[in-house]
Amino acid sequence: MTRTEPNRSSKSDSENSGGGGGGTTAMRVIVPLQGVVQGRGGLFLGSVIPCAFFYFLQFYLKRNRKNEPDSGEPSPDSDPSSGSPDPTRSQSVGNLTELASLPRSLSRILLSPRLSGGAVSISGRAGCVLKGGDSPYHVGQKRVEEDPYDESGNPDGVIELGSAHNTKMDWVSEDPGEAISDGLCMSGIASYEPSHGLIELKTAVAGFMSEATKNSVSFDPTQIVLTSGAASAIEILSFCLADSGNAFLVPTPCSPGYDRDVKWRTGVDLIHVPCRSADNFNISMLVLDRAFYQAKKRGVRIRGVIISNPWNPTGTLLSRENLYALLDFARERNIHIISNEVFAGSVHDEGGEFVSMAEVVDTEENVDRERVHIIYDLSKDLSFPGLRTAAIYSFNESVLSASRKLTTLSPVSSPTQHLLISAISSPKFVQRFVKTNRERLMRVYAELVKGLKELGIECTRSSGGFFCWVDMRGFMSSYSEKGEIELWNKLLNIGKINVIPGSCCHCIEPGWFRLCFSNLSERDVPVVMNRIRKVCETCKSQNCFFGI
Amino acid sequence: MRLIVPLQGVVQGRGGLFVGSLIPCCLFYFLQLYLKRRRSPPPPDSDSTELPRTSSRSSLFTRGNSIGRVRVSSRASPLAKPPDSPYYIGLDRVKTDPYDRVTNRDGIIQLGLAESTLCFDLLQRWMSENLMDSLMMQSDVDGGFDVSSIAMYQPFEGLLEVRVAFADFMSRIMGGNVSFDPSNMVITAGGTPAVEVLAFCLADHGNAFLIPSPYYPGFDRDIKFRTGVELIPVHCRSSDNFTVTVSALEQALSQARKRGSKVSGILFSNPSNPVGNILSRETLHAILSFAQEKNIHVISDEIFAGSVYGDKEFVSMAEVAASGDFDKSRVHIIYGLSKDLSLPGFRTGVIYSFHEDVVSAAKKLMRFCSMPVPVQRILISLLSDTRFIEEYMAAHRQRIRDKHFLFVEGLKQLGIPCAESGGGLYCWVDMSSLLTSYSEKGELELFEKLLSVAKINATPGTACYCIEPGWFRCCFTALADEDIPVIMERIKLLAESSTS
Repeated sequence: MTRTEPNRSSKSDSENSGGGGGGTTAMRVIVPLQGVVQGRGGLFLGSVIPCAFFYFLQFYLKRNRKNEPDSGEPSPDSDPSSGSPDPTRSQSVGNLTELASLPRSLSRILLSPRLSGGAVSISGRAGCVLKGGDSPYHVGQKRVEEDPYDESGNPDGVIELGSAHNTKMDWVSEDPGEAISDGLCMSGIASYEPSHGLIELKTAVAGFMSEATKNSVSFDPTQIVLTSGAASAIEILSFCLADSGNAFLVPTPCSPGYDRDVKWRTGVDLIHVPCRSADNFNISMLVLDRAFYQAKKRGVRIRGVIISNPWNPTGTLLSRENLYALLDFARERNIHIISNEVFAGSVHDEGGEFVSMAEVVDTEENVDRERVHIIYDLSKDLSFPGLRTAAIYSFNESVLSASRKLTTLSPVSSPTQHLLISAISSPKFVQRFVKTNRERLMRVYAELVKGLKELGIECTRSSGGFFCWVDMRGFMSSYSEKGEIELWNKLLNIGKINVIPGSCCHCIEPGWFRLCFSNLSERDVPVVMNRIRKVCETCKSQNCFFGI
Repeated sequence: MRLIVPLQGVVQGRGGLFVGSLIPCCLFYFLQLYLKRRRSPPPPDSDSTELPRTSSRSSLFTRGNSIGRVRVSSRASPLAKPPDSPYYIGLDRVKTDPYDRVTNRDGIIQLGLAESTLCFDLLQRWMSENLMDSLMMQSDVDGGFDVSSIAMYQPFEGLLEVRVAFADFMSRIMGGNVSFDPSNMVITAGGTPAVEVLAFCLADHGNAFLIPSPYYPGFDRDIKFRTGVELIPVHCRSSDNFTVTVSALEQALSQARKRGSKVSGILFSNPSNPVGNILSRETLHAILSFAQEKNIHVISDEIFAGSVYGDKEFVSMAEVAASGDFDKSRVHIIYGLSKDLSLPGFRTGVIYSFHEDVVSAAKKLMRFCSMPVPVQRILISLLSDTRFIEEYMAAHRQRIRDKHFLFVEGLKQLGIPCAESGGGLYCWVDMSSLLTSYSEKGELELFEKLLSVAKINATPGTACYCIEPGWFRCCFTALADEDIPVIMERIKLLAESSTS
C-alpha cells in the first residue's frame, strides 16, 4: 500500500470531480488504477478508465450547456447586448455560485416577470461562420475597405490585388438602356417567375457559354439552373451531391472561397490533394488516387472531385488528356466531377486552348455524363460583380430538379434576368464583349509579367482567369508558412498591396501568392511594381542580415 | 479478477453509485464506438455488389471496376422526386392549365399563391416614369464619380442607402411607432432565404422551432431541408380564431424537451399566414415573456405587415421588444417587399435582428443570397419616393379590403364561412360543410375535387398542419372582380354535386 500512496494523492482530484462517494469507493477505484501503474491488466483498464472519464466530461459539459439558459437568468446586471456567448456563460456560472442559496426563482417572479439576464445564444454553426474572420483573406479585404487606393483621390491607399473583381469593363453604359427598361416594365414585376431562370435567359446564357468556349460545344438550355452567384451554385451542388460528413477531393492550390462555399452550411468536408511546383501544379492522378484511398481508410466517403478550369489561382488550363484522366478516375471510383469554369470567358492566352468538361463528355455515354456538373459565372465574365448570377450546368436530371427547387433559397431576381436577357441576347454584343475582355486581360497580364521579371520574380504561366500565381519564395525570411505570412504582412503594410497568400489557397509550398490583375489598368502596373520593389528591398537587406 | 472486484462492489451494494455508473457507461461508449466503426464499411460493400452487372463495360474501358450510375446525396433525393405536399401539387397543376379570362376559360384558377396584382397599374406607372432614372444613377456610379465606394467593395448585406430606405419604409408601414436601425439590418435575395439564414444562425441541426399551426406550407421546405431544423407545430383551434396561447406553447415546449429535442425558438407570422389574423399587443407581450423565461429566440415573420385591411392595428414585434425591459437580442424580424409592394420578382428580403452576432453571421452568409446591385438601385429610388409610397400603400390597403369583402361575401351566400381576418392576401375558408368525411382524408378528397372538377387550386389545411379538417387558404388578390362570380359558380356546382 505504501507504493500507492503518491498515486492516490495525485488522482484524488479527478475522483472528487467525478462525484465519487466516500473512502471505500475511492479505494475501489484505486485498486484497478494500481493495476495499471504496476503494469498488470493494463490494456483493458488503462483504456476503460480514461474513456469513462472522457465520457463523463462530455456528459458534464453537455448538461452544463443545457442548463445554462435556466441557470443563467438571475444576473440582471449582465449586459444583454454584450456579444459573444462565452463571457456570459462564465459570468452566469459565477453568479450561480454566488446566489446558490437564494430562492431565486420565486423572488425573480415577484420582482418582474420579464426580467432576465442571460443572453440568448446563437447556433454553434453560426459561431463557426463568425469565427473565420481573422484569416489573411479577410484581414486584407478589410484593410482595402478602410483605405482603398485611388489614383487621384488616395494614391497611398491599399491596392486590391486579392479578390477577383473585374470592374474595369463598363458595359451597362455602352448598352442601350432603353431595351433594359422595356424588358423591366412589361413583365417580371407582378408575378412569381421561376427562380431558376426564365427560359429566354437560359437560352441566352447557353449562347454566351458557347461563345466563351469558342463554340466548340453547344449547351442545352434545359440543363441550366441559374442561381445568385457562383458561391450558391457550388453550395447547391454540394448539397445535392454529398451528405453531411462526406467529402470532396480538391486539388490544391484552390480557390480560397471553397472553405466557405462548401463547408459552412452543407457539412461536407474538403480533402485537399496537394499539387507541387515541380509538376507545374498539375493534377497527378496518382496523388488523387492516394488521397481517395486514404480517406476511404479513415471511413470518409468521397463523393466527388472539384476542379477549376481555368485553374484558380494558377491560371493554367487543363488539357484534354487531363480531363479524360479525371473522367476515368471519377468513373472508376464512381464519384462526381464538379468543374468550376467561372473563368471560361476570360482565357487570355492566345496559345492556350480551353476545353470545357462539357465538350469532353459530349461524346460519352449517359452514365458518364451524369457525373459531370459545371459551374459558370456570368458576373465574372461580364465584369459586373454586383449582378450576382451564376449557372449550374448538369447532365444529371435528379441534380437538376433538386437544384431547381433549391434556387428559391438563392434566386435570380427578375430585374437581373431581364437586364441580362437584353444584354446578352445579341450575339454581336457577346462576341465583341468577350473579345475586348480577352484583349484587355492579355495586355495587363503581359505588363505585369514583364514588370515582375524585371524584379526577378517568376510566376506560373497563366492562360486564363484574373490571376497570376507568383513565386516569392526568395523573399521569405524562413521557408515556412510563418515566413509567408510575414511577407504577406509586409506587402500589405509596407507595400500597401493586398494579395492572397498561398496558405489561404491551401498551397502546400510556402511562398506563393495569388495576384489578381483584373482590377488593374496598364497605368496601375508600374505603381504596383514600385511597391513590390520596396518590399523586396527590405526583405533582401533583412535576409542578408540574417543570412550571415 | 481485477475487473470483477469493482463489479462485486456493485453487486454487494457497496460503492454502487460511482462504479455502477462508470462501468455501464463505458460499455455503452464502446458499443457506440463499435457501431460507428461498423457503419462506415457498407458503402464500398454496396458498390461491389453492383460490380458484376457492369463488368462487361469495364473490360471495354480497360480501367477496371467501373460502376453503374452515380448517385445524388440522400438528402437531395427526396427533393428530386415530385412533391408530395398538396401545396406544391396544386401549384404545379395550375402551371399545366392556367385559367385565363379570354383564352382559357376552363383552366384552373389560382388561389394558392399569395401574390397581388391589385396595384399593378400604380407600379407600372412608377416604373415607366422613374426606372430609367434609377438605372441611370447606377450607370453614373459605375461610370466614374464614385468608383471606389461601389466598384471596389460591395457589401453583401446591401448598400447603406438601401438599408436606410428599408428602415424608413418599414417604420412607415408599421405605424410609425417603431424605428429600425439600418446597422441591424441585412438585405437578402428574398424572404425565403431570409428565413433560412435565420434558422441556420439560431438553431443547430436537429434543434427545433415551435411554430403555431396552421402555418405557411412553404416553411417545411425553406427551413427544414438544408438547415436540418425541425418545426414543431403548436396547434391552434378555430374556437380561439387560431390565435396561439402561452399555455399551448408551454405544453409543446415541455413535450419537445421530454422527447429530447432542443427548442431554439418560436417562429410565427404576423399577420398570420394562412389565417390572416393580427396578433394583439398583449399576445406579442405574452410570447416574448414566454421566450424570455425559456431563454429561446423569437422570429416574427412580418412580411404581410403592410397588407393590413381590417380595423385592428398591426403591432410589430420590434415595437414590443423596444417597449419593455425585454432582452431584445432574442428578437428577429423578417420582412420583404414581395407581398406589400407586390414585387415578388424582385426577390427582396430583410433580416432585422437585435442580436449582434446574428447580424454579423447573416452578413457573412449573404455570399449565397445577396441582392444584386441593380435591384438595390431601383429599390433605393422606389422606397425613397415617399409620395408614391403613401399613395401606393393607401391604394393597396383599400383594394385588398374591397376584394376581401367581395370574396367573403360571395362565399357567405353559398353558406361557407371564413375565419375572421385583418391582414394578408388570403382568407381562411371553412369548407367543412363540403367534406364527405370529417377527416384529413375527406379534406384531401375535397382538395382533389376542387382541383380537377371545379378547377380551383386552394391550399388545404393539412398542408398547413391545421389540426381541424376542412379549412382552405384562398388567395384572392390576384383575381379580377369578374373572376369572383366564376369561382363562386364553380364552388356552388361542386357543392350541389356532392350533396346530390
